Amino acid sequence: MKKLLLVLLATTVILSACAKAPESDPAKPYAGATLNVYNWGDYIAEDTLTRFTEETGIRVNYEMFDSNEIMYTKYKSGAVDYDVLVPSDYMIEKLIAEDELLELNFENIPNIEYIDQTFKGLAFDKNDSYSVPYMWGTVGILYNTKMVEEPVDSWDILWNEKYSGQIIMQNSVRDAFAVALKKLGYSLNSTSKAEVDEAVELLKEQAPLVQAYVIDEVKDKMIGNEGALAVIYSGEAIYTADENEDLAYAIPKEGTNLWFDSMVVPKSTQNQEAAEVFINFMCDPEIAFNNTDYIGYSTPHIKAKEMLDDEIKDDPAAYPSKEVLENCEVFVDLGQEMTEYYNEKWNELKASLN
Amino acid sequence: MVKKGIERLYLGLILLFLYAPIITLMVFSFNDSKSRAKWGGFTLKWYQSMFNDPVIMKSLYYTLAIALLSAIIATAIGTAAAIGIQTMRRRTKETIMNVTYLPVLNADIVTGIAFMLFFIGIGLKLGFSTMLIAHITFNIPFVILSVLPKLKSMNKFTYEAALDLGATSMTAVRKVILPEIAPNIITGFLLAFTLSLDDFVISYFTAGNGVSNLSITIYTMTRRGIKPEINAISTVLFMAILILLLVITKRREKIEINEKY
Repeated sequence: MKKLLLVLLATTVILSACAKAPESDPAKPYAGATLNVYNWGDYIAEDTLTRFTEETGIRVNYEMFDSNEIMYTKYKSGAVDYDVLVPSDYMIEKLIAEDELLELNFENIPNIEYIDQTFKGLAFDKNDSYSVPYMWGTVGILYNTKMVEEPVDSWDILWNEKYSGQIIMQNSVRDAFAVALKKLGYSLNSTSKAEVDEAVELLKEQAPLVQAYVIDEVKDKMIGNEGALAVIYSGEAIYTADENEDLAYAIPKEGTNLWFDSMVVPKSTQNQEAAEVFINFMCDPEIAFNNTDYIGYSTPHIKAKEMLDDEIKDDPAAYPSKEVLENCEVFVDLGQEMTEYYNEKWNELKASLN
Repeated sequence: MVKKGIERLYLGLILLFLYAPIITLMVFSFNDSKSRAKWGGFTLKWYQSMFNDPVIMKSLYYTLAIALLSAIIATAIGTAAAIGIQTMRRRTKETIMNVTYLPVLNADIVTGIAFMLFFIGIGLKLGFSTMLIAHITFNIPFVILSVLPKLKSMNKFTYEAALDLGATSMTAVRKVILPEIAPNIITGFLLAFTLSLDDFVISYFTAGNGVSNLSITIYTMTRRGIKPEINAISTVLFMAILILLLVITKRREKIEINEKY
């Protein structure tokens, strides 16, 4: 028994000595640290994390979520000490308001210089102190050029009775209301109940023409020529156009939603500097290029964009002009009362469908 | 004759209704195009790229590790519990059995959230161990329920005879009871393994720290769209579960036949 204990003791000593060894490497000051990163599902190039660990010696526990709300719930439960989160715009605003995020130390993120100036000072983080944009895109209309004769340049076409039963809408409150509010010429962050009422009436008017309210299926439906017009995220539009060459994407002239998924460091972090090293690594030109290339969404990274094929770089669906972008709005958090009002009206619309 | 034909047709329709979605998924795992709306020809490339995808492979590893470990541990605890329950007085036995049924009937989402709150409450960080504990816990009742019937129908005098002949109670359990109930233990183990393999809800609330099983990984892909590799791995998983279920039913039949004679 004693012998066994001795052997065990010896192995532990040797093992712990081995484990400590790499920390002394001066090029990898954070080697041995572990980061908990929480990102969207299927939202990173396959070799990114391995390369990060090879370069820095920092291990990554990588977790994925499917909606901002799920991410928020799990983060708030305090069950895991996350170091880096990648929420969307309005969720970042909410987290800032609740004092859940740490101000970033940009001395550790020199690669921030590659982020396009257009994406500085965004509505959800006006002073750029909490977040670094990872991917962005717009919401617009995907249409089948063989089925739609008129030029598509306005939300109005989604109310055209000619396309009854061939219109596909997004099955989410904010996205659906954004379409109606923008058509009416209001802000998509409207906090006026009268405007929201007007919008819901407009959506009810449109409902009989709508084939389906869907989220993910919109891509397959459009590729399969099952619909003529659909509200869609720009990143998905580019993929569908690759699969079916009759499809085209348009950003309506009334303006639309501009969205961001950005990297932030929450208060639960155990190692803020290592988290910043991770964010910096994600902004490395080659890494940023690999990610945008894999995901297919638009990158805010100047160098990464330059490396893309001309075909994508010059595609106005992926990278619309400055004028178009200036006409767009980012979602902001509506506050609890208005959020509930939107939800109530949305449920009213959904109930009227049956 | 006509009646039989209609019966057959009805059964066929039910089976078609049940399995058509899975068959569709299997067919599309061989589709060369990424979209379900287009048939791009036959390919095995998704099966190949599935093995090269680190996220999918890691999830597969955790799924299998959790399923295997939780099934082994739950089988051990469940069998011991069943032997204990069998010797209890009727009143206590009934109470315990009701407590055992409760988690089986309870909605998964309630169990999942309860686990999460419990783990946070006692200060345990979510990760591999919490997910394992949760899986063991929801597996135990199924093992008990599959072992207990055999214990009930067993001749209890053989155990007493062993004691009379000088065996200690441990030896008697090992040499008399266990061999007798072995087939049911294995069935319980396979059942536990299968349940753990395809659990999503409870896993979702108890996993953390980079640990994620296949169900969770698939679910988180919904915003960007399910990758075709997922069709491939789902096909593999479905076949695995199907084979396991066939083994379980075969065993059940065998046990029942043995019991008849």
